[in-house]
Amino acid sequence: MIPAPFDYVAPTSLDEALAALREHGDEAKILAGGQSLLPVLRMRLNAPEWIIDLGRIDSLRGIREEGDAIVIGAMTPHSVVGNDPLVAQHAGLISAAVERLADVQVRHRGTFGGALAHADPAGDLGGPARALGAVFVIAGAGGMRQVDADDFFVDLFETAIGEDEILVEVRIPKHTGWGSRYEKFVRVEHQWPICAVAATVRVEGGTVTGAGVGLTNMGSTPIRARGVEEALVGQPASAESFAAAAGRAVEGTNPPTDLNGSAEYRLHLAQVLTRRALAAAAGLGEG
Amino acid sequence: MTAVEESASPAPALEKEIGRDRRRKEDARLITGRTRWTDNITLPGMLHLAMVRSPFAHARITGIDATAAKQATGIVDVVTAADLDESLGVCINAWPITPEQVTPGHAPIASDRAAFAGEIVAVVVARTAAEARDAAELVEVDYDELPAALDLKEAAAATAENGGALAHPDLGTNKSAYWVFDSGQAGTGGDVEQAIAAARTDGIVLEREYRQQRLIPAFMEPRSTVVDPTGEQITMWSATQIPHILRFALAATTGVPESKIRVIAPDVGGGFGGKLQQTPEEMIVFALARRLGKPVKYTETRSESLMSAHHGRDQWQKLTLAAGRDGRVTGLKVELLADLGAYVAIVGGGVPVLGAFMFNAIYKFPAYHFACQTVLTNKTWTDAYRGAGRPEATFAIERLMDELAAEVGVDPLEIRQRNWITHEEFPFTTVAGLEYDSGNYEAATARAKEMFGYDELRAEQQRRRESGDKVQLGIGVSTFTEMCGLAPSRVLGSLDYGAGGWEHASIRMLATGKVEVVTGASAHGQGHETAFSQIVADRLGVPFEDVEVLHGDTQIAHKGLDTYGSRSLVVGGEAVVRAADKVIEKARPLAAHLLEASVEDLEFKDGRFGVRGTDAGVALQDLATATFAAHNLPDGMEPSIDAEATFDPVNFNYPHGTHLCAVEVDTETGKVTMRSYVACDDIGVVINPLIVAGQVHGGLVQGIAQALFEEAVHDEGGTLVTGSFVDYLLPTAADTISFQIDHTTSPATTNSLGAKGVGEAGTIASTPAVVNAVVDALRPYGVHDVAMPCTPERVWRAIQGGGAGGETPGAAAPHFDESTGMSGTVDRTTGADQ
Repeated sequence: MIPAPFDYVAPTSLDEALAALREHGDEAKILAGGQSLLPVLRMRLNAPEWIIDLGRIDSLRGIREEGDAIVIGAMTPHSVVGNDPLVAQHAGLISAAVERLADVQVRHRGTFGGALAHADPAGDLGGPARALGAVFVIAGAGGMRQVDADDFFVDLFETAIGEDEILVEVRIPKHTGWGSRYEKFVRVEHQWPICAVAATVRVEGGTVTGAGVGLTNMGSTPIRARGVEEALVGQPASAESFAAAAGRAVEGTNPPTDLNGSAEYRLHLAQVLTRRALAAAAGLGEG
Repeated sequence: MTAVEESASPAPALEKEIGRDRRRKEDARLITGRTRWTDNITLPGMLHLAMVRSPFAHARITGIDATAAKQATGIVDVVTAADLDESLGVCINAWPITPEQVTPGHAPIASDRAAFAGEIVAVVVARTAAEARDAAELVEVDYDELPAALDLKEAAAATAENGGALAHPDLGTNKSAYWVFDSGQAGTGGDVEQAIAAARTDGIVLEREYRQQRLIPAFMEPRSTVVDPTGEQITMWSATQIPHILRFALAATTGVPESKIRVIAPDVGGGFGGKLQQTPEEMIVFALARRLGKPVKYTETRSESLMSAHHGRDQWQKLTLAAGRDGRVTGLKVELLADLGAYVAIVGGGVPVLGAFMFNAIYKFPAYHFACQTVLTNKTWTDAYRGAGRPEATFAIERLMDELAAEVGVDPLEIRQRNWITHEEFPFTTVAGLEYDSGNYEAATARAKEMFGYDELRAEQQRRRESGDKVQLGIGVSTFTEMCGLAPSRVLGSLDYGAGGWEHASIRMLATGKVEVVTGASAHGQGHETAFSQIVADRLGVPFEDVEVLHGDTQIAHKGLDTYGSRSLVVGGEAVVRAADKVIEKARPLAAHLLEASVEDLEFKDGRFGVRGTDAGVALQDLATATFAAHNLPDGMEPSIDAEATFDPVNFNYPHGTHLCAVEVDTETGKVTMRSYVACDDIGVVINPLIVAGQVHGGLVQGIAQALFEEAVHDEGGTLVTGSFVDYLLPTAADTISFQIDHTTSPATTNSLGAKGVGEAGTIASTPAVVNAVVDALRPYGVHDVAMPCTPERVWRAIQGGGAGGETPGAAAPHFDESTGMSGTVDRTTGADQ
């Protein structure tokens, strides 16, 4: 498993990285944690001429609290995100998803921003990012800009990040006190989800007063299940309302057919998993 | 130095080694990698290869342009079939199962036609592996695609006349060999057609068809070969299970004298049968090293390994079972189609034949008929994979016994008890003509039931059924047996196999009293070094630490038939025992001489010859020292107590066991979750329980994987879709549960250890146990079969009324394909990665 030849640069600052990206343009690939890029290179499915390694830019790592948001540096490893108490307290859905993301080795090498920028619709973080309304901070020649999760994911492996831009950090609006559940369906534990549902729910006085639901691997991008959310808010936190809302999980989806399941099966799964995720997020057990 | 103890009290006896949980002495080096794997070997001036492989399942090669590749950096040559003469050799089929077998010639490099996706069409030789790989992409091969024979049933029916696709058009057929066993004709039982006819009138006839999906052995270490042609001999290091057979095959097919070839299997990282092959890659490395006069190395990538190392299983099984209304079986008829792939591998045609003797399993069937058609297709060749024919047979009969129980309306264990051989009936000659020497199915079953909590789980299952629980419980039974310890040479001869089944061992008593044991069984992860050390330590009465086991080098172990078919301990281990006994007998006259006693007055115990009735004695290890000095030997004695032995078994041995599996089926999603698994195996006398537990656990996971996870899937063009571990789903520890294992013991009578093989038992037993459990959970839904692997979608569809759940959905895109690369409409050039 030997990649095709490439040149390599490892800048130590964001400015240097942006400069390298401008210089090499579409002949370059950015290396974050390498857990998707390196297999692709080694299997010679891609052969960029330049690899720009972000691993030496310290400013891209770390987690901080900033007003109403938890801010996660793009190069923060999954394992750090998964063990972070701030994330657990204010964005429990992220913690839940990271716990099920790939395997231990990938969680130690792979990065939060790298995974989201890769925009694999089967990636574990896209659904939670959409459910929580994450905001993506992107650096380019003109400085920083912010993109909402709804606009970030454009298509299969395609995001709003421009050719000369780098994802710097992800701001997760605090969902303090919300319940959450990442319902991931796999055949073997280390694989990408066949279908996954990321749900976070706020229940006040027995009524659902807030809901965020994201679907993984149900289309060419992670999907926000707005129909489910709309059907739920204002309803009693009951098995019946969750089941009714879950029926709308199929709206706007276009799931793939592959070795692990047909599109028809995924449409069925999405509803079952949504019902279960909502019930568990609301503390009602498996539903 | 004096070796004789006049009156000193003898050393305290060593603790018995056999039966002891010894940690494996080889593990430290294997686990840390501080050892010699083939790919670690680097020789001065060594050249590297990369293979250019056909992307098409079946295509005519109309041109190969290597101009650009030859001009690339570091390239020594680019070689095609036309560049090499007959010294390249051919890949042999050592087991033509019938005299009429149709066997396509198998050159290591395709010349005018590629017959499967992955077949080698050109070879790049370079100074480094990276340069070879880069240049391989520059070799331009023109192909004209040909119709590919892919579907097993369609391939079996295809002829030149009906226009069906032929794997090798010049052969005019895809049918390779038709092999039949009939108990009526063999005189081992009655006529199966009569039994079926009678049962149709008054009894039960079950007709079922089962698919043994294609599997990939997926050993941990990819295959690698280094050949050094310098010096008087040509030395090959290869990640192989069969250094001795490979040496023979190289000599037989290249014309190089066997005496000029040395094959070394250094530490080898697993095989599961997948390294029991004479591979095209080995032949190519051998030929190019000779041609270039320099050491040459080739190590496959994982993708190449999955695509081109032989696959396993891949059968359609059509079964007709006749029984009385009481569930007593009166006859079994088996009709198989077995997919050979594009070529008949070294023992590929024989794999279903090995299964022929096992469909009757532990049962007393009065009549039995087996017929197998082996079929050529344009897929990767198939051959032995852990169990080799026996898992397929065991699956079929154990599934059928559950079906029969459901039909009769009794517990699956009860139906087995009505049919099995009782322990008083051993030795028992089966309807397939084998003589089972020992066994106790009642004891293993009773113990397994107790460990499992069988009655409690049945009660829970009933409760869940009655309450309509969304999670249903299924209980699966597998009372397997197998034939292992390959093999009595005479039996192999009667089956037209091209070699014997004996094994060789020698014991060298070193000057310092240390012991070298040389075995022809070449380990690739089994723990021979530990187990054989334990045997010798007990037999010779020497410390475990004083024994060194050598293997895997034809120059050190000059005779051997290697490791497969659960044979190492029961055949190779018995050879070691016999060599040890010869050492003792050779040492006896020397002991008598030194002790000035008569041979008759000596007794050998705990490593020491003692004179009966006295304290005088001499240790065997000191006698080794005495022969080294050779100052004072009996007249005419050679100065050596070394010995060797070759053991040819008179019979197979027959491990058996009762496996019970409980699964929970989520009826909303179809997901199957293992809940508990009990394996009570009777493998005779256990040498090292820790090694046995490892073999059983690993075997169980591999069998469970066939039931639930693994399947080699090709697209409609014949390309392997499950070409990486992203799509070929190997379970890990996270996907299994803690197994409960125990043993009952009926010693084997065909070796002095009383041992039976255990390497394949778990794999053979567990697949039907799991599928039986899945089907058992779903019987209230009218389900009587779920195709393997029992994927969540298949189970879900079965519950919805879709029968066995259908084929694997669309030979659809793998996760890693071009769409995750740079090509096409996907713009990933600015995206970072996960």
